[in-house]
Amino acid sequence: MNRPDWDIVTGWIGEGARVLDLGCGDGALLRHLIAERSVRGVGMEVDDERVARGVAADLNIIQADLDDGIRDWFGAHSFDYVLVSQTIQAIRHPERLLGEMLDIASEGIVTFPNMGYWRNRWQLGVQGMMPTTKALPNPWYNTPNIHLCTLRDFESLCDGLGIEILDRAVVDQNRRSSPLLRALPNWFGEHAIYRIRKRVV
Amino acid sequence: MSESTTTNPPVDGATPPSGSVGLVEPQTAAIDTPLLLDCGRRIEEYELVYETYGELNERADNAVLICHALSGDHHAAGRHRPEDRKPGWWDTAIGPGKPIDTDRFFVVCVNNLGGCKGSTGPLSTNPETGRPYGPDFPILTVRDWVNSQHALMRKLGISRWAAVTGGSLGGMQVMQWTISYPEAVAHAVVIAAAPKLSAQNIAFNEVARQAIITDPDFHDGRYAEHGVIPRRGLMLARMLGHITYLSDDAMRAKFGRELRSGKVQYGFDVEFQVESYLRYQGTSFVDRFDANTYLLMTKALDYFDPAAEADDDLATALAPATARFLVVSFTSDWRFSPVRSKEIVRALLATGKSVSYAEVEAHQGHDAFLMPIPYYHEVLRGYFDNIARRMTEEAAAEEGAA
Repeated sequence: MNRPDWDIVTGWIGEGARVLDLGCGDGALLRHLIAERSVRGVGMEVDDERVARGVAADLNIIQADLDDGIRDWFGAHSFDYVLVSQTIQAIRHPERLLGEMLDIASEGIVTFPNMGYWRNRWQLGVQGMMPTTKALPNPWYNTPNIHLCTLRDFESLCDGLGIEILDRAVVDQNRRSSPLLRALPNWFGEHAIYRIRKRVV
Repeated sequence: MSESTTTNPPVDGATPPSGSVGLVEPQTAAIDTPLLLDCGRRIEEYELVYETYGELNERADNAVLICHALSGDHHAAGRHRPEDRKPGWWDTAIGPGKPIDTDRFFVVCVNNLGGCKGSTGPLSTNPETGRPYGPDFPILTVRDWVNSQHALMRKLGISRWAAVTGGSLGGMQVMQWTISYPEAVAHAVVIAAAPKLSAQNIAFNEVARQAIITDPDFHDGRYAEHGVIPRRGLMLARMLGHITYLSDDAMRAKFGRELRSGKVQYGFDVEFQVESYLRYQGTSFVDRFDANTYLLMTKALDYFDPAAEADDDLATALAPATARFLVVSFTSDWRFSPVRSKEIVRALLATGKSVSYAEVEAHQGHDAFLMPIPYYHEVLRGYFDNIARRMTEEAAAEEGAA
């Protein structure tokens, strides 16, 4: 499988790095990173079926609920990168998770659907309805996504938490970038991809 | 820990049900290499009774060791006689097409030293006295067991287990294997286990032991010489054990407060179904288990604490391990709760070991590890599929290099 947002994430990760993927699903991204970057990867996932698939795919998968926190599982500086791919919006305390992940790894990579994307603004602002798009396919009453945010929301939270943004990439619904996206990311970016670390004081 | 839990229907002919290893016969290995025990004593020679299922391949790289729990034995799968009502204690997981697939793996299960099912133990004759050991049989540890199993492994012509697997006390043996003989374990499957017992666990064991020791028929462990067995004590020990192996939910689901005769009798005879069940479990245990062995096995559980020799740091204790690990726990297991498995996983992660962890939603309590819970078996199956795949790859790589 080839996905441009994966390419961006892969491009940020060094050869042989230690990587923790939070909410790893069946481990597809981890497998990609192992193949492309020879990373030593651990995935964390709560869903039985996905854990079973990850284990069957020969990955190291830890079954746990991210809402219970991750600090209990790992010592400080256990990983080079912690990934949170399309998961942070489904977490009960995203601000706590962001803090915890940067305790256990030098850098974090977070990807999420951008609520500021123009189609979302259109549906909410003009149609007056909660958006449903390819990136946010679930109706409001039945969605795992409880903490949606825009690029600006995320950046402002990071600032408040003392988190420095090292890189940002935005892609459209086909997970591609374009000059328009780069000019007006909070309007035209459907997915956001951030590389973050604790601000050095 | 109990063997009351398999769901296979009884066989009524000589044809084994599909997925069964069929009829099996225990074997005995006589080992003449002396075993130096943790307690300081030595056993010059001993016998281990074991069963095997499947075939050892030419490269002898497909062997899987199954370690049994407290009251278990070597009979893990299949039946001894066609008319046996129940198969071996882990028949749900071992057999052709089952998670531990005997079409691919050569599965070995050993009755631990000190056991009462044929391996040298308290019922065996003490060569020094010519009488049964009884209470004079040395106190054993999990490490002693692993050392004895290692001797058997060599005797079977195996230099490395594709996997060592076990639940509960069996899971502790798995951990000890990876510490004592890291090169001999490719994969370690630790199920419903703990890195050491909690004070509460030890307390339960002590009550069980006191029930046995204070039975008037115990005679300081020399009950055999008096022609009796400490029935009441052993029964109480088993009843207590059973309560701790089930969960509150499982007991409620199984018995509720159901009365045997439909109304309360205001007496101390069996009134509730759960009382009847416990008494049945207790009495049937007396007929198949030896009191001195029960004392030995619970002590081995109590003593297990690999971190104690590593400044109480489990990660340091497990540092020598080179195996890939799978750790499994069950949500309603309060005897060895998921929190305890998490301690093992955390220690493995801390030293960068390869580990997967599955927390299985189950209402059956500690006994869940013997049940064919679909998710649990799916994880086991996926993991053992990987082991088989890796075996094939290693064989191909070696052939390519040759």
